[in-house]
Amino acid sequence: MTRDEIRDIIIEIIQDIDEEAEFDGLDADAPLRDQLDLDSMDFLDIVMELRKRYQITIPEEEYPELATLNSCVNYLEPKLQSVAVS
Amino acid sequence: MQTKAENKRIVITGVGLASPNASNLTEFRQKLLAGTSGISTIDLRYMDTAPAGICSFAETKYRKKKENKRGTRAGCISVYCANEALADSGIDFSQYDKSSTGVYIGLTEHGTVETENEVYNISCFDYNVDYWTHHHNPRTVLNNPAGEITMNLGITGPHYSIGAACAAGNAALIQGVQMLLLEEVDLALCGGISECVDSFGIFASFRAQGALAEHKDPTKASRPFDLDRNGIVISEGGCVFTLERLDKALARGAKIYGEIAGYAMNSDARDFVLPYGPRQAECMKIALARAGMTANDITIINTHATGTRQGDIEECKAIREVFQDASNVYVNNTKSTIGHAMGAAGVLELAGNLSSFEDNIVHPTINLDSLDPACELPGIVANEPKQLDKVDTILNNSFGMVGINSVVIVKRFDAY
Repeated sequence: MTRDEIRDIIIEIIQDIDEEAEFDGLDADAPLRDQLDLDSMDFLDIVMELRKRYQITIPEEEYPELATLNSCVNYLEPKLQSVAVS
Repeated sequence: MQTKAENKRIVITGVGLASPNASNLTEFRQKLLAGTSGISTIDLRYMDTAPAGICSFAETKYRKKKENKRGTRAGCISVYCANEALADSGIDFSQYDKSSTGVYIGLTEHGTVETENEVYNISCFDYNVDYWTHHHNPRTVLNNPAGEITMNLGITGPHYSIGAACAAGNAALIQGVQMLLLEEVDLALCGGISECVDSFGIFASFRAQGALAEHKDPTKASRPFDLDRNGIVISEGGCVFTLERLDKALARGAKIYGEIAGYAMNSDARDFVLPYGPRQAECMKIALARAGMTANDITIINTHATGTRQGDIEECKAIREVFQDASNVYVNNTKSTIGHAMGAAGVLELAGNLSSFEDNIVHPTINLDSLDPACELPGIVANEPKQLDKVDTILNNSFGMVGINSVVIVKRFDAY
């Protein structure tokens, strides 16, 4: 999976959590939580969806890696390297 | 008739509802008077289709789709009904403090739907509980529907659910009355909610008990008192009332739908599922006594009858015992039109009759083609509405499993 594909997957998962989420002007290096209507339960939804889709287990201590869109991509890139977009 | 001080009299000043055939009181009343059934069919997980009452209302009128997805169906219905009730009442929280507002929601059950959904979800992952949702506990705590109302409206007073099987709507209404009389709160949002059409288990359990209605035309499946009745039609729905003390309601010029004149709850102490007429009769008598009324003072008896063989007969026996000497009492049944909305049934059915104080019409019991002789009662209003000179009082019955009975009597505000 490419970095762009991973980015699109994260956005798709967030859209599934909040259909009204607005991504225009999103700063990829700023915390998602500050820019979107997301709380800790929503981040657990992201973690669960990654587990369901790609069998990725994210340990609790690594949750901060999901803070920004770019940090998500950085963190997930090696884990999804061999996964093809379905 | 004794006169109480205005701050000891509790009145209904707002109604918000979601019924299988309506999403507000005006529409609900029109459908009940026209005898327009709200029953369709539902496809159930692991089962065939079954007749059911499903609500259609503006789910995102008062909160975002995201919040509906996060919460429960019961919460979604609750938030809609509570907001509608407040809007109807004209209360904008400049008259009442949010910290002195109580939210009391009656539930037949809660968590069944959410648990079934999660078990199905992990069945797709070889029952690996790592895939069990973190939303399970906040969704299934019993205060969930009431709590979702407080989060939505920023109400910081008490909130909780009243678990009382199918008497729960009335039980929550009674709780609201009591908390107002105790001055624990100044405004009560109370009512009942049911999300149970999303639970295959509830349908399957009624079917296993031989108590799930079947009919090739779903609109004819709910037929209390009819010889061809064969069980319950399960519905979702909700109804929330705003209750206030009369002095406060008058001070703000509120529209008053009716006054809670009396109420009672008791227990059969006998059987898990079979209702018991003699105890239901006792419950009605206690409510009448508390209202300072006799059977002759009642205009409408809104029955609980669900369309089961034994249940309908037991209630009719109880009514005969209490009302044997009463004349000019009219009997109807709302479930024939909307099915059995479980925890919402008592309050939704009361709401459907409240407008009688304005139009003086008794809404009909529909699908009553061949009255079961065992259910014969004087004054049954069958298939066509009945216009009266004046409706002064409504006695609302709501009974439930494990032997729980509730009766609420509401009177026209200017009646006495």
